[in-house]
Amino acid sequence: MQKNRASLPHNKASFWHTLIQQRQLVLMSVPMLLYILLFHYAPLWGWITAFMNYKPSKPMFDNLWVGLDNFKWLFSRQEFFLAIRNTFAMSVITLVFNTVSAIVLAVMLNEVKQRRFKRTVQTVTYLPHFLSWVIVVGLAQSMFATDGAVNQLLMSLGVIQSPVFWLGDGKYFWWLVGIIHVWKETGWNSIIYLSAMSAIDPALYEAAEMDGAGRLRKILHITLPGIKSTFVILLVMNIGMLIGGQSEGNFDIPYLMGQNLLIDWSQTIDIFVLKYGISMSQYGRATAAGIFKSVVAIVLLLSANTIARKLDEPTLL
Amino acid sequence: MQRKLIQKGAVGRGSKAKDFAFHLAITLVLLALMVLTLYPVLNTVAISFNDGTDAIRGGIHIWPRTFSLESYKGVLADEYVFSAFLVSVARTVVSTILNLVLTSMLAYTLSRTEYVLRKFITFVFVLTMYVNAGLIPNYLLISRTLNLGKSFWVYVIPTMISCFNMIVIRTYIIGLPDALVESARIDGAGEFRVFWQIIAPLCLPVLATVALFVAVGSWNSWFDTHLYNAGKPKLHTLQYLLKMKLATTQASSNAALSSTSALSARNTTTPITIRAAITVISALPIMVVYPFLQKYFVTGLSIGSVKG
Repeated sequence: MQKNRASLPHNKASFWHTLIQQRQLVLMSVPMLLYILLFHYAPLWGWITAFMNYKPSKPMFDNLWVGLDNFKWLFSRQEFFLAIRNTFAMSVITLVFNTVSAIVLAVMLNEVKQRRFKRTVQTVTYLPHFLSWVIVVGLAQSMFATDGAVNQLLMSLGVIQSPVFWLGDGKYFWWLVGIIHVWKETGWNSIIYLSAMSAIDPALYEAAEMDGAGRLRKILHITLPGIKSTFVILLVMNIGMLIGGQSEGNFDIPYLMGQNLLIDWSQTIDIFVLKYGISMSQYGRATAAGIFKSVVAIVLLLSANTIARKLDEPTLL
Repeated sequence: MQRKLIQKGAVGRGSKAKDFAFHLAITLVLLALMVLTLYPVLNTVAISFNDGTDAIRGGIHIWPRTFSLESYKGVLADEYVFSAFLVSVARTVVSTILNLVLTSMLAYTLSRTEYVLRKFITFVFVLTMYVNAGLIPNYLLISRTLNLGKSFWVYVIPTMISCFNMIVIRTYIIGLPDALVESARIDGAGEFRVFWQIIAPLCLPVLATVALFVAVGSWNSWFDTHLYNAGKPKLHTLQYLLKMKLATTQASSNAALSSTSALSARNTTTPITIRAAITVISALPIMVVYPFLQKYFVTGLSIGSVKG
């Protein structure tokens, strides 16, 4: 393969020759390639329905072309703008909460010297990651109910006088989503920061000790700089997902916890797509909203990546 | 020299007290964190073991007030719950096996530097992590074009290979000594045999990690049932059933629910305790398994995310 690229025909011939030689590898990988083309690339074809008044009962090209009408419809609806706002609000809150809590937990765990205690804390804090969102939302609903543990605790501490209706008031909704995320994923997200910390050269800490640096100084000047590149890579990745990426929580919590009463705060773009696409069978309009989301996600990812590169930070792409 | 030693001693003593306070503070915060994590879970377990009508009064913390097994008896005797449990187990087992075989086989081929299609196939797979057609086109493909809706296979086929898991396994295989493959080839073993008899057994730690990821994902998902199989109660999964319970108990714990549901026929169970019991049953299998795999998935996750 790496022999000579000078003469193209020869190269081409040797390509097919090698391919035949490697037929066993081909047999072990090309079926998976076809699978991924069918399940991840073929649906992209469905994007053309965004420019149609699409009815699945008709053959694809018998549908009426409507140009950009579906997009115009989207941007004429306040509901869609609210969905964009809600999606970003919840993603940003979740991203900030998750990142800060994971780093704080990792720093603390990194300072614990007793192996047993450290392991116990890890096992306990990883646990919620393995619970389904359905379970987690159920737990949150009973904790934040008017007669739930949160209200009881806050009342006994004197923070509030009467129970707060956490689940029924829109102004709390985004923050609840953030808090639930933190409860479920802090432990899990700390794993990656912990492993970045374990890669820091111990000699750095020893040198700092010689210079009389205390614990906090060592954390500020060695531990945190040591995880910077991990932090930047994860940030770039997550910024691409601000519009409702692959983290299931971005869809599941608002969908499972939202009620009609809260729809102005809880409806995200994904829920909007589900409502119009599946429940009301307006496939063209819903696909248009989906395309808008994908395009914004790519733009966000690429710009975050470019900024990281300009700042001389490690990049994803 | 002497001064330096004295100074160091002084610093040492001062920082010892500071160190102690620092460690105490961290220990206390971590203990509080464990309480915050465990309380909601233990609370649900306690409610599930409590008498139903008594539980409505509230005020149960981490220990049942009036112990009762009626909720579990009711749930386990219910045919609908039992069938949902079987469907959940089946989809998890089938998904995990298929995923492991297909993903690790692909990862092996993509770890061979001499393979001519390696770069192309890797690129096609990695791109799927960033390009997604979206809900509606996927739905139309799966339920209309492929006609997989209203069948068990919709739980398995659309999620058979994951790029992330492939990268995790591939990274692990690349870390194995090349000589293993070379010597097996000299002995005349074909690719499939090298993979199956040499590489796969060595990959057990990473395969355990991926198996856990896949199994958890499959066991915990409810949205595929909601989207494709809602109209087929025989194919409902445990998580979907719990999701519906959540919706009904949340909306109102009115009498309509208890009269239609066979579960609440007995006096000693209520929607609250039934829901808690189903929650515990649907969380238990993973809770039991995951601590044993902890050391594997910690390394697996680090490999996949840092070097991937």
